[in-house]
Amino acid sequence: MNRQIIQLFLLFAVLFAVLVAFTSRWTVFEADSLADNQFNRRPLIEEQQIPRGLIYASDGRTVLARSVGSGRGQNRIFRRVYPRGGTFAHPIGYSFIENGRRSLELSRNDDLAGQEDEFESLFAGLEGRDREGLDVVTNLNVAGTQAAVAGLAGRKGAVVAIEPDTGKVRVMVSIPEYDPNLITSDFGRINRDPNKPLLNRTTQELYPPGSTFKVVTATAALDSGKVKPETVIDGSSPKTISGVSLENAGGASFGPISFTDALTNSVNTVFAQVGERIGRDTLVKYMKRFGFYQDPELDYPDFQMVPSGVINGDGRYVEDGFDVGRAAIGQGGLEGEVRASPMQMALVAAAVANDGRLMKPRLTDRVVRKDGRIKEKVEADLQAKVMEPETADQLAAMMSRVVEEGTGTAGALAGITVAGKTGTAEVGAAREFTQPWFIAFAPVEDPKMAIAVTVERTTGQGGTVAAPIAKSVLEAMLGGGV
Amino acid sequence: MSARMRELFGLLPVSLLVAAGFAAVLSTRTTDVQEATLTYGLVFLGLCVVGHIFIRAKLQDADPYLFPLAALLAAIGLVLIYRIDPELAREQAQWFVVGLAFFCITILAISDHHVLERYRYLIAAASIGLLAMPRLPGIGGQVNGAFLAINVGPIQFQPAEFAKIGIIVFLASYLRETGDILVRARLRPLPWQRQLLLYGVPALLALIAIVVLDLGPAGSVLLVVFTASLVAVLRERPSPKHFGPLLLVWGLAMLMLIFIRDLGSSLMFFGGFLALLYVATGRLSLVGVGATMFFGGAFFLAGSVAHVQERVDIWLDPFKPGVVDDEGYQIAQSLFAQADGGLFGQGFGQALLELPGGGTILPAAHTDLVYAVLANEAGLFGAAGLVGAYLLLVFRGFKVSLLATDGFSKLLAVGLTSVFALQVFVIVGGVTRVIPLTGVTLPFVSYGGSSIVANMVLLALLLIVSNHARAERIRRGGLV
Repeated sequence: MNRQIIQLFLLFAVLFAVLVAFTSRWTVFEADSLADNQFNRRPLIEEQQIPRGLIYASDGRTVLARSVGSGRGQNRIFRRVYPRGGTFAHPIGYSFIENGRRSLELSRNDDLAGQEDEFESLFAGLEGRDREGLDVVTNLNVAGTQAAVAGLAGRKGAVVAIEPDTGKVRVMVSIPEYDPNLITSDFGRINRDPNKPLLNRTTQELYPPGSTFKVVTATAALDSGKVKPETVIDGSSPKTISGVSLENAGGASFGPISFTDALTNSVNTVFAQVGERIGRDTLVKYMKRFGFYQDPELDYPDFQMVPSGVINGDGRYVEDGFDVGRAAIGQGGLEGEVRASPMQMALVAAAVANDGRLMKPRLTDRVVRKDGRIKEKVEADLQAKVMEPETADQLAAMMSRVVEEGTGTAGALAGITVAGKTGTAEVGAAREFTQPWFIAFAPVEDPKMAIAVTVERTTGQGGTVAAPIAKSVLEAMLGGGV
Repeated sequence: MSARMRELFGLLPVSLLVAAGFAAVLSTRTTDVQEATLTYGLVFLGLCVVGHIFIRAKLQDADPYLFPLAALLAAIGLVLIYRIDPELAREQAQWFVVGLAFFCITILAISDHHVLERYRYLIAAASIGLLAMPRLPGIGGQVNGAFLAINVGPIQFQPAEFAKIGIIVFLASYLRETGDILVRARLRPLPWQRQLLLYGVPALLALIAIVVLDLGPAGSVLLVVFTASLVAVLRERPSPKHFGPLLLVWGLAMLMLIFIRDLGSSLMFFGGFLALLYVATGRLSLVGVGATMFFGGAFFLAGSVAHVQERVDIWLDPFKPGVVDDEGYQIAQSLFAQADGGLFGQGFGQALLELPGGGTILPAAHTDLVYAVLANEAGLFGAAGLVGAYLLLVFRGFKVSLLATDGFSKLLAVGLTSVFALQVFVIVGGVTRVIPLTGVTLPFVSYGGSSIVANMVLLALLLIVSNHARAERIRRGGLV
């Protein structure tokens, strides 16, 4: 009998091991998918009992989002309040049980909700600390943001300003904005608004970049050694590019002209020829170094970002088969047209400003525990070496001329040197509207800020519409000339 | 160190655990601390000491670890129930007093467990009567579709908890007597032509049945195992009358499925029977026939008894829309609670049990789902620790059986321990979705008077058997 008794005991040991195995399955291996199960109300209930962390502007004092409690004891719940209304709506977003989360409130949710790893929560449990959210200090500059909102003055458009050497995103403004405090009561109306206030035009919308894209073309041409700043090219108009006649803006014919002068005066025919000279492969190679063809490496939700690139009539990203001459001046046709987000064009300016080194853009500066300890400090991080420092220097000098004497004089600041490039894409069925652009950085000698400004479906030129907005935003942050 | 001193030292960590557990839960309740609450812990410790002194007086040679392990489980249960509802913990503590009284009465009344053999048919009849009680009009009642409880005045009572002990006593006695005649000595091998005929024809028949009846994979496996086991049993040429008891107990288990409509408790009873059958005869083939007949019967009944079918469907997919908010709510919430626990848990008193607007998120947290509450509060480590404690207790129970010198003692100890272990498996397996969730209690931990009292009696019986076995061994000089 004893043999059977021992066998029976082993059977029970196996059965109990199965119990522990299934317990591990639910508590550890499938815990995440259970937590995300749509029928699981625990995360929601627990979440509204946690005071979410504060979100600050870059000064560490201006509160952009906070939680307000109500009720007491087990029934105490918290709700999100956004003291600055819509001004910071696009970078910060919202977080409500009823409507979910968006923007930084979503991408930094684990920190803001106080989600700690197993060991940290074990210690918190031992010390009897209640779970509470961590504070997030952003890189967003209040004065620059307000200047951008004022500059756009209700016109649909976007402003992005980035510190070239750190990648800190100082301004992210998209107009129209929405008031996150009204999301729970008015979400349906806001969502259906034909002006799309929920759309973040800095990262989620693509526009034809027009002549600002010539900075990308110039980078490819100079850095690959195909062209030098003093190289003389025929700037007559019109010129036949890919079998179709191409004209300069206003039909101006320049004759033989240096590459620097061609950028100063934004000569289409020169840049189209340069584009054909460097070829599609080289152009696409440099575009990818600038971050085209991928989402910006920003701490921001994926669904709120789209890659820039050459897009054909079917809406597909293409790397071949497009008219490289027209792409080189930021245009194109059904077989492929350059489309870029304002964030991407700001990154182009930032890479040139930072000696050709593109830094990863970052909205978050640091995550801070309630006791003041820093949980995470976001350090400057290199995304790509786009070009040689000499190329960047040459481009900076060329772009300075644009602001000094070319199309971008409206972007000039008193006492601070600015390097920039204008752009004016024609849009609309009958090309009756324009998409004015201005990208720039300043001061040229030691760049502190790079910026991209665009206004949607308006009339007027990049130099007259977009450059003044960039000027006021740069002034607000760099303090020049005021 | 003597057995009783080891037992006393074993109770020390239990007292520490009770103190720490109550302190942890109390520290999370800053608003409604009552001075009386800590006294539950002290009363509990006092009861442990009383039990220990009683064992010291009456069963000085009994196993030293069984009682502290049971006390440990009871302490975990008390802390968990206190955390769920302090009022329930007070009642639970009172039930422990009653349980301890029954524990002492059992030991006083049955100084030698062999007397039970004399009353085995009476005990069997009484047990079946107990099982049928929830179906009696007036006192019976349906809980979640199953007939497991009766109401006598204000007290709810689960007769199956006591019936399981009675049935094990009967089976141990019956199989001690007939176990040897159920099987004969092994016959010499048959010539290969006869072997081919013996095994080949049934295998062919089974194959044809699978193809013709278009059985699914589960059905096919059942049929193949059944055929093979049946052939092996027939190979020993048993007389038909010895199949009587097997068929009788199988019929009883099926009746239980129909009458009390609870897959879990019938699995527990029939599993205990098969365990005893195996230990008594040493024939896996008998277990194979029994097990396949049980699952085959359950399979068939699942189609006709709506409650059983529903339980199986919930088990297969608790998250099906329409099910998850209704019948599947309990198991779904159980899994969510465990997922919330993680490795280390939320900490005692920290897990989410009540909805902010009032009401509870875990249905029957103090009975069916007490294991899920533990996994939520103490995490995987806490839950695995509890299962480990149960395994230790089961190990000591089997040890009693190994040390016992006569057949009845061996079978009684194995049977009681097996039915205890199966009960743990059925409820923890239900909560963790190993098997369909049913309404049996987690021994010593779940809230429930009849569960505590019955398991205290079971513990007393194990200690009585152990005392005899070890005293015998000491007399022979085999145990130091």
